[in-house]
Amino acid sequence: MIRIERRLSLKLWVRLCVPLGSLLVAFVIITLLLFLSGVGAWSTYSAMISASITSTSGLSETFVIATPIVLTGLCATMTFRMGIYNIGGEGQLYMGAMAATAVALELHGEPGYVIIIAMSVAAALAGCVWSLIPGLLRAYFSTNEILVSLMLNYVAGYFISYLIFDSRSYWRNLTSAAGQVYPIGKTIPAASWWPAPSLGGVGIPLGLMVAIVLAAVCAVCLRRSTLGFKMRTTAGSVSAARYAGLNVRRLIVVVMLISGALAGIAGAVQVGSASHALDPTGLEQVQYGYAGIIAAALGAFDPIAVFAAGLLLGAINSSGSILVGPSFPIGLTGTIEWIVLFSVISGGFLLNFRVRWRPRASGHKAGLGRGEPTVPSSSEPTPTLAGGIGISKSTQVTERGAR
Amino acid sequence: MSSSIEVSLVVSGLTYGAPLVLAGTGELLNERGGVMNLGVDGMMLVGAATGFWTALTLPGPSWFVLLVASIAAGAAGALMAALFGVVCISWHANQIVTGLALAIGGGTLGLSSYLASVGNLAGTAPRHIFNPIDLFGLHGLPGVGPVLFHENLIVYLSWIATAGTAFYLYRTRSGLFLRAVGEDPAAADAMGVNVVRYRYAHTILGGFMAGLGGASYTLALIPSWTNGLTAGLGFIVIGLVILSLWNPLLLFGGAFLFGVVINLGYVLDTRGVTVPPEFFAALPYVAAIATLVLLRGGARRSGGPQALGRPYSRVG
Repeated sequence: MIRIERRLSLKLWVRLCVPLGSLLVAFVIITLLLFLSGVGAWSTYSAMISASITSTSGLSETFVIATPIVLTGLCATMTFRMGIYNIGGEGQLYMGAMAATAVALELHGEPGYVIIIAMSVAAALAGCVWSLIPGLLRAYFSTNEILVSLMLNYVAGYFISYLIFDSRSYWRNLTSAAGQVYPIGKTIPAASWWPAPSLGGVGIPLGLMVAIVLAAVCAVCLRRSTLGFKMRTTAGSVSAARYAGLNVRRLIVVVMLISGALAGIAGAVQVGSASHALDPTGLEQVQYGYAGIIAAALGAFDPIAVFAAGLLLGAINSSGSILVGPSFPIGLTGTIEWIVLFSVISGGFLLNFRVRWRPRASGHKAGLGRGEPTVPSSSEPTPTLAGGIGISKSTQVTERGAR
Repeated sequence: MSSSIEVSLVVSGLTYGAPLVLAGTGELLNERGGVMNLGVDGMMLVGAATGFWTALTLPGPSWFVLLVASIAAGAAGALMAALFGVVCISWHANQIVTGLALAIGGGTLGLSSYLASVGNLAGTAPRHIFNPIDLFGLHGLPGVGPVLFHENLIVYLSWIATAGTAFYLYRTRSGLFLRAVGEDPAAADAMGVNVVRYRYAHTILGGFMAGLGGASYTLALIPSWTNGLTAGLGFIVIGLVILSLWNPLLLFGGAFLFGVVINLGYVLDTRGVTVPPEFFAALPYVAAIATLVLLRGGARRSGGPQALGRPYSRVG
């Protein structure tokens, strides 16, 4: 019979082979899907690769799209690693974009680097403000931060829509001919467009360099800093952290602020290198905040791996935006990302458990929640919200815990 | 305010609330069992696309086509929920990430739009839709007639779903067991309840209801296809479930209010009071947050499932 048991140790080859195997499975499923929908699989793959990686313009576009995804991915990573869940990256990104646009418009005429730095700072602060709400509510009122941050995404979305579509706000372009036909945002001054120095014809956006630095900072912070140690302790057990004298409430707020700042900067990057104006429709369509959570999960919540996953998602998205047409339907990019993510999440199961083939032994039942009303083999069920994907048995900061 | 406006507001509350009630009762049931599926929006969209496609292509009499289309829509949602169940219930993956993946993978840039473009749904007029039924011939009854006895089947279905869910949760043995599974799976397990089976069944049922809720847009409310037509309503559903304190009757009330509020903006507009539509659109989300704060995490006091979002296994 098949026996499933929790892995006690993880060998290196398993750690490497499982994610690669998952990607291979995803590849097979996607190929099947393409064949079934009557599209040539190989021609689609080669078109995707040439549109997003091998052509210089495509690679530049991939980098531009990947940057905000990497940043929101880091935003998700920083909180998920502590066992709290900020899924408000989307709304924090909107607020960041809003603030960055305002600053860029206000500082018209200043030198570019001044505006760009001011944009980043303002966007980070706006993201902080938006993540502070679920953070404070979580820390001091034990309110579920998952639901609050999720709801705030939509509040932020309607707020920026209001600024452009239903008010005569500072952000809205009311003077130009196009702006009088259809509501659009004011374009930020050209000096504040984020540069993308060319490297052999491929534009390396400033935002990507910022993202590389921030990913490295996050990695060091998680592995080597006191803050990272505190986060890991809290993720392991809230009560242990509290007995050790950690101020868990303050820690929650600090981590939420860091996370919000990262998503806010993603908003500044999006305005600075892609939209050059506050564009609610565009932001809501691309959903980089949610894509970031997918990147974080693909990268098993490790900043460096999240960076790589962000690049992968950026490539899929950019090929989608270039190839979209009769032979490449609009929904295909999301479907592909979904298949990849589900394969990797399912692979995560193999990282935490191993499946063994054993002859049936009498009186020995397979574990994992089979229904016979026997005495549970372990008295405590693992109270973990983050099972299979890379987070080791992290006790969630429970509702009761933080009181 | 004239009575015709009042009637139209009530009718809009019932009609626009109906899909939210359908999807909401499903989500409520699986949250009661301790499973939080944030993918409602994706399942609704895929259900909407599947239902619309079936109604377009299937030959036969109208009632038959609509029946099959509704079941197909529900089945599509159920299939996605089953996938979610395998990954989250059996394999202990993170419910938040998996649920969001379902919402995005099924969403505007995902499976629903893919199905729509493969099936050429955009810009096609439907051949069959749910029309209002004149129940018991009482349509002409003054006041309540057009409200209660002249709705489409989806609306009546939402009433049945509400009453059925309330009865199931509070008056049946399996409803009691379901709540036990959501509160304390280990205790339920010790009592002899099959936790995994309960969670699977209600997650899949939740997916079915979400698919059906999505299809009620394309088969009744807005009988046409545009990519991402739910506009994030699946997330309102999750907000409403919280707002209703996981109680189906309150959920119905919340969905009704939402349906009223959607049209209130237009009514106020005709009376010269201009309130930005975004205000009304954002209101349910703010109300959900306020509810959460007022409950102060007292999920126990509020009747929220204690084990919400936590996978269960016997092995440590």
